[in-house]
Amino acid sequence: MMSPLTTIVSLSYLVSAACYVIGLHMMRTPKTARNGNRLSAVGMLLAVIMTFIVVLVKHETSMTGWIIMLVGLVIGVAYGAVKARTVQMTDMPQLVSLFNAVGGGAAAAIGIYDYLTQPTGSHLALAFSLPVILDLLIGCVTFSGSLIATGKLSGKISGKPITFPGAKLLNGIVIIVMLASIVLTVGFPTAPWILIMTIVAGLVFGLLMAMPIGGADMPVVVSLLNAFTGLAVAMAGFVIDNQVLIIAGALVGAAGTILTLQMAAAMNRSVANILAGGFGTGDFGATAAD
Amino acid sequence: MSQELYTNLAIFVLSLLVGFEVISKIPSTLHTPMMSGANAIHGVVVVGSILIALEAKGPLFDVIAFIAVVLGAINVAGGYVVTDRMLTMFSKPKRANTDAEKDGDAK
Repeated sequence: MMSPLTTIVSLSYLVSAACYVIGLHMMRTPKTARNGNRLSAVGMLLAVIMTFIVVLVKHETSMTGWIIMLVGLVIGVAYGAVKARTVQMTDMPQLVSLFNAVGGGAAAAIGIYDYLTQPTGSHLALAFSLPVILDLLIGCVTFSGSLIATGKLSGKISGKPITFPGAKLLNGIVIIVMLASIVLTVGFPTAPWILIMTIVAGLVFGLLMAMPIGGADMPVVVSLLNAFTGLAVAMAGFVIDNQVLIIAGALVGAAGTILTLQMAAAMNRSVANILAGGFGTGDFGATAAD
Repeated sequence: MSQELYTNLAIFVLSLLVGFEVISKIPSTLHTPMMSGANAIHGVVVVGSILIALEAKGPLFDVIAFIAVVLGAINVAGGYVVTDRMLTMFSKPKRANTDAEKDGDAK
């Protein structure tokens, strides 16, 4: 049996999850879209408040813990809200991409935290090692990839496809390193260098993925990275055994994928074609049309 | 396989399926707001950040947890606010923007 507190918290998380699903569903049509987003926000507020209550009742949290959390929340909320309120309408896509980057970064940070809490040299159970490595890799890829996308959309980085000789070879090497880090994490004892290798590989892959994309195609890639972040958050949910993270993350991962496909279809492009980026001819056509 | 893992896996798979079904064909004007709205939802990562921040022990863990909280909070707060602003343009009567004559009448 669950304790009364756990029961209330779990049921509240369930209500939150329902708010996200219904809210997202309402965002399909212009009429209900705004209320849908607000319903989703109410669900989010509920989840955060319930998390506070859990912490207040259950944990013997140190003063440092509270300071970290409260100061961090104030800084984050203030920065996010001010940026979102003051941004020009035309600059919104790059801001969304920035918010996506930090979401991926937060998921990766949770992965790093939990990896480091395991004693060095210990064998990880599959139920922990697999989600933690996926959380790290996907989180790092979306963090660096979305930051590049933000730079390209805002014009800080050239919107033209950026390629260099040997890019494909480097891509291949990074993919091999990423696969190796999965094998090392799942099958071998923990070690700090495995963690560092994983983080570097993920960050470099994100860079290599976003760099060759032309500015006109960027929104589709931002949407794809958004879906990735959803999956990273779901993996973080497995790592810390939190269901609301798993539900919301999986929801965004799947809905974001569908949205990405629809966005690409609206441009008469395929996602694979767009990701091939500077190598494809279609990209120049799209840039010229823009 | 533990009961907890099975439960989490079931939740994950079913949530994925809900995600695939919950948005059907949507008009292209809503693509960006929808992306932004979904972006705000994965801001739920801040819940995880809060939980690790409160159990952090040692300077290294404090720093990582602090970064996680700040990043998660930016995602969730900024995500919802910017989506709401994007959607304000849908709450006004649309004809007013396109038809100058009717725009005059409306005012």
